[in-house]
Amino acid sequence: MELRVEDAIQWFTKVNEKIQENKDYLTSLDQVIGDSDHGINMARGFQEVENKLSTQEYQEVADVLKEVAMTLISKVGGASGPLFGTAFLKFSQAVKGINPVDYTSFTSGIEEALQGVMHRGKATTGEKTMIDVWAPVVHSFQEAHDFEDNPFLKVAKQAMEDTKDIMATKGRAAYFKGKSIGYIDPGAASTYLIFEALEEVIKGSK
Amino acid sequence: MKKIINDPNLVVQDMLKGMVSANPSAIKQLPETTVIVRSDVPTVNKVGLVSGGGSGHEPAHAGYVGKGMLDAAVAGEVFTSPTPDQVLEGIKAVNGNAGVFLIIKNYTGDVLNFEMAAELAEAEGIKVEQVIVNDDVAVEDSSFTTGRRGIAGTIFVHKIAGAKAEQGAALDEVKSVAEKVVANVRSMGMALTPCTVPAAGKPSFELKENEMEIGIGIHGESGIERKEISTADEIASELVHKILDDGVHGPGDEVAVMINGLGSTPEMELYIINSKVNEILNEKGIHVYKTFVGEYMTALEMAGCSVTLLKLDDELKSLLDSRSEAPAFLV
Repeated sequence: MELRVEDAIQWFTKVNEKIQENKDYLTSLDQVIGDSDHGINMARGFQEVENKLSTQEYQEVADVLKEVAMTLISKVGGASGPLFGTAFLKFSQAVKGINPVDYTSFTSGIEEALQGVMHRGKATTGEKTMIDVWAPVVHSFQEAHDFEDNPFLKVAKQAMEDTKDIMATKGRAAYFKGKSIGYIDPGAASTYLIFEALEEVIKGSK
Repeated sequence: MKKIINDPNLVVQDMLKGMVSANPSAIKQLPETTVIVRSDVPTVNKVGLVSGGGSGHEPAHAGYVGKGMLDAAVAGEVFTSPTPDQVLEGIKAVNGNAGVFLIIKNYTGDVLNFEMAAELAEAEGIKVEQVIVNDDVAVEDSSFTTGRRGIAGTIFVHKIAGAKAEQGAALDEVKSVAEKVVANVRSMGMALTPCTVPAAGKPSFELKENEMEIGIGIHGESGIERKEISTADEIASELVHKILDDGVHGPGDEVAVMINGLGSTPEMELYIINSKVNEILNEKGIHVYKTFVGEYMTALEMAGCSVTLLKLDDELKSLLDSRSEAPAFLV
């Protein structure tokens, strides 16, 4: 498959549904190792994304991604807004002018997204952040050759679960250090939801 | 919760309106934003200074907007960083084609949002530089920070960088003097009571009647230890010694002192603290050039104080003494 404008819109519509459904769950994860606002902030941001995407017209996938980015940047706040915002802004820049977005371009897009998040958060893998889900997913895209044969969701789920065993050294959770072990990182959990929504869009288009 | 507010969700907008009404000739609010700017922005060929952060620290930061200090202050929700689009509006408004300088307190959210705004501004062709203030010696990492936190010492960065920019200095010169202040300023605080974020409705932590917390942050983040309250002299001594232990200030140095109230500590108590701070510095052979006592960087209605020491040289002294029309820091 290739990602068209309507697929991209559907992707983030599904992300919003999942974030709203899991709002309390994400907040509960953040209560343990953060400041208990992750679900609330993400739900506010993605609801606004949904409001925009359902009323505006878009020429290409890059425009959808840019809208998502700028909305998250202005509506989510905290650290999550700039981090997810940067991810989709870089993604958008990488696929600008390519419509629909083929598998190779999509892979370049999420590579750029990952680089953007790492640069913005001054973080790398193994620090109990959303990067611990983004990075293996990007790797899975690099290894596979098309959307359909890519086990990225399985990879994402395992990666999210694995954040339980990591001790936080970055972000607010770092303050809780040892206490952070045994809990999934909230940013990793919401990143998983983003890829779960992508998988549904890919399956639905078959 | 007992507060003089209309609606917990409108406290920032209501406050900004009131600040502008109180100082209509000095400052104005950019329409549809939470950005307060000098009424004469942009000043052509002057470096524009932008700071800001979560609200609840008044008079920081909008009180420091005025000729000789900041050109813009961007207010976030209470104890929450402003978003990049808001910071970008501030940057664009103060850009007088000499570049824009950002003064950021070291909190993860503030750094991320201001840096993102800087990139967006650079994409629009505006030259942006920044300094990150991390004057709090209490803790290395906190629930809000990687590294040390930025607290009341930030006001000295506003004042001195602002004075430098007012003299017509270039962007790199403003950055360099701001870095000099950051290298020479250290602070530490303590609290007797917690504070309540209006939207939360209840205190973010509790302290027993006979308890105080040393090294607490300006959002109520944990400090070094909780213990039984002691005398003002003991508190002053503990704060000053912890600052001096950091090794920046020593015999023969000249310093500016700031005794900052966190919101509901009477000036009487701040002066009692200052008396002992002054005595200790004299004993150590550290000369006090200038002292500021009052509320400069608060934490809503928290009771408590912070002590800040800034080591001065001739350049910093002259910039500290130069004229400022900022409502909360008139010189």
